[in-house]
Amino acid sequence: MRDHGSIVSRALCVLLLGGLGLRGVAYGQQAPPKAAPARPPSYPVRAEGDPAKIERGKQTFSANCSFCHGSDARGGETGPNLVRSQIVLDDKNGELIGEIIKNGLPGRGMPPISIDAEGIENVVAFLHSLQNVQRGMSTAAPIDILVGDAGAGETYFKANCVKCHSATGDFAGIGGKYPPKTLQNLVVSGGGGQRGGGTASHVPPTMAVVTLASGEKVEGRLARRDAFFVSVITADGSRRTFPLEGTKTKVEVKNPLQAHLDMLPKWTDSDIHNVTRYLSTLK
Amino acid sequence: MTGWMMRRLGMTAVASLAFVAALLVAPMMSAQGLDPATLLKPPTDSWPSYAGDYTQRRYSTLKQINQGNIKNLALQWIDTLPVTAAQANGPDAPPTIIGGVAEKTVPVAPPHVGGVILEVNGILYVSAPDNAWAVDARDGTVLWHYFWKTRGGTHIGNRGMAMYKDWLYFETPDDYLVSLDAKTGKERWHKEISDFNQEYFSTPAPIVVGDHLLVGTGDDLDSPGFLQSFDPVTGDLQWKYYTVPMQKGDPGLDSWKSLDAARHGGAQVWIPGSYDPETHLYIFPTGNPTPAYTNSTRGPGDNLYTCSIIALNVDTGKMAWYYQTSPHDTHDWDSTQAPVLVDGAFKGKPRKMVLQAARNGYFFVVDRVTGEHLLTSKFSNAANWAKGIDETGRPVRDPAKDMSPAGTLISPDNGGATNWPPPSYSPDTGLFYLPSREVYAMYYQTETDERRVAGLGGKEEDPVGNLGGAITAIDYKTGKIAWQYRFPSGGAGISGLLTTAGGLLFGSDSAGNFVAYDPAKGMPIWHARIGGVSNAPETYLLDGRQYVLVAAGTSLVAFALNP
Repeated sequence: MRDHGSIVSRALCVLLLGGLGLRGVAYGQQAPPKAAPARPPSYPVRAEGDPAKIERGKQTFSANCSFCHGSDARGGETGPNLVRSQIVLDDKNGELIGEIIKNGLPGRGMPPISIDAEGIENVVAFLHSLQNVQRGMSTAAPIDILVGDAGAGETYFKANCVKCHSATGDFAGIGGKYPPKTLQNLVVSGGGGQRGGGTASHVPPTMAVVTLASGEKVEGRLARRDAFFVSVITADGSRRTFPLEGTKTKVEVKNPLQAHLDMLPKWTDSDIHNVTRYLSTLK
Repeated sequence: MTGWMMRRLGMTAVASLAFVAALLVAPMMSAQGLDPATLLKPPTDSWPSYAGDYTQRRYSTLKQINQGNIKNLALQWIDTLPVTAAQANGPDAPPTIIGGVAEKTVPVAPPHVGGVILEVNGILYVSAPDNAWAVDARDGTVLWHYFWKTRGGTHIGNRGMAMYKDWLYFETPDDYLVSLDAKTGKERWHKEISDFNQEYFSTPAPIVVGDHLLVGTGDDLDSPGFLQSFDPVTGDLQWKYYTVPMQKGDPGLDSWKSLDAARHGGAQVWIPGSYDPETHLYIFPTGNPTPAYTNSTRGPGDNLYTCSIIALNVDTGKMAWYYQTSPHDTHDWDSTQAPVLVDGAFKGKPRKMVLQAARNGYFFVVDRVTGEHLLTSKFSNAANWAKGIDETGRPVRDPAKDMSPAGTLISPDNGGATNWPPPSYSPDTGLFYLPSREVYAMYYQTETDERRVAGLGGKEEDPVGNLGGAITAIDYKTGKIAWQYRFPSGGAGISGLLTTAGGLLFGSDSAGNFVAYDPAKGMPIWHARIGGVSNAPETYLLDGRQYVLVAAGTSLVAFALNP
């Protein structure tokens, strides 16, 4: 099949240009949205309501509804969170909410509430103005993640990290280079430019030494590897690809981040927090 | 023969007469109905349902292609499906049938084939979000294209169509069940199956069982999960089963903080189940609880019946048993992985079992008649979220490994130790095969007022380390890993698997190769670099030849032995 393999590859290169053939399997029902070209939202977005109406609705809600549903409509002692209520989500313009305010929900312990038509309209506007924190949304208040112990972090750093890193060398001033969360992600990942992990430009590429049956060694940046071929970019910039199947060719991969991969099962969260706190002081 | 077909073939009158004559002796050219009884048999000359048969073993008894001759397995045809009417224009174009309730299509990502392709009587029935096609299985010619104008919804994938007699069924991201005439692609009817305003979206392949059409749906907002049974002829609802308590007195209610919490609790049914014809049990897995990462509004209980395997009597829609594989999940690791039905020995006794490798990194064996737990083992070394296994075999969540404001290092990442891409079981080796991956992420809580959080909100997940993907083979009798083939590329993406009596395990390798592995040892023995394999491979016999079919994006790629 080796012959046909190359034909298939070429044929598909022609047919699948545009990245169709490279599309990976979308993992999970809830794969996080990638930083892709902006698309319209998947679900209709409600038009913004009249601020004055919303404010009056908030007051009416506070006076008549908050005892059960909470002052922010996110649930109280007896009433459910209305912001994620299926009825509120389904309601277009008060036709569902209004009926329930007027008639109550006898089966579920909600009495009828006597609010006039305009008041109902305002409460509806208020409820539709509230937003849940959903995927992709961020909270207004930033959270301080520097909760570790800098002294313990320094001790850990000196015991585990100084083989490759130095507080006065490559890490001099690192605490001022990255926001705390990025810094912490880099502590674990070592870089590599993953989402949210920050791109650490100092990370050298993964190298490979290919030893052919003849004894010839070819070293270069690892471009690609599977069970069948290995490709390296040699110092002069040329790409060399070697077959692996049925050969005695050996491949030795040198990943500069291997120590970080080896650490993954060993970290405790407090060590991560401590090292991050310590590095954040290197300014 | 339609006009477009004539034009497509570019025929002269004489040639077309000859073609018509040939057509008469080749009745397979026209779509023929599928007898629902076919679904009860192991797949040989057809692949008539999501997993080929009801067991979801994805095992074929075919052995024309085998270890001895696989070096001669060769490309037969490639076809790239038209995804817009514009692409299907011109004299060669197959008819495009337009459906949908939207006045104007909402722009969405380009579709890809990420589910089953049905093969019935020489015709392939293919689907992707908002799209369906019929394709001649012999040469890849597109016979018709159905396009659904969408009103939106999460367009993450479509897991394929179902067939009943002459009719096809598929679900749309904007929550319709659509039935088509298999021969023409013309729409028979469409029914709304879930509430778009509540942000449901629908990806599963429907499953035909007798006169039931079993239809799941999905949601990432705080809405209840359910499975519905429709009449495949009329589309009328037969029953609707909620996977969370919806009324006072419903079983499982005491595992939630309140009825309101349960009614927003998730447990979506977004992957097809398996069916046991002896017990009439439809066995399907459920999704995560919601809100997914924050749990104070859910209460401390198990949050039933999220992250569970549920057995329903298909005639009544009533639960016979359940087994929860992730009690009180806090990581969005749904248990919507294929429940695979296997008959075999367990501890010296014959057993009818269901096997599942779950997204949380654990493998389970359950008696499928009674729901009795038989075995739990951990297949992901990296998984670090559980303290152990309790007396009923359930992993015990470690709250210290929930997300936290300062960050927690957790494995798996959101993609899971495995996911929906289908596993396979071979009775020849007694091994269960799954696509697996070991990835770590830092999880941060970003909203500390948990009442404000809905669905998947309130967290940030940053990938920080990838130990790579693998195909993992598990001996179900011991739960131990028999072998693991780690992809040399280090990549962690993978599609589903297929095993055959020819001593072959087909799958991808995350480096763009479609690969046949030795199912006993896990070594690759054949490959073709076709690009990103995007669905699970399947196989069938056509004109006496065994084909292996797989999709890459919107391309279908068919292999067989050269004559």
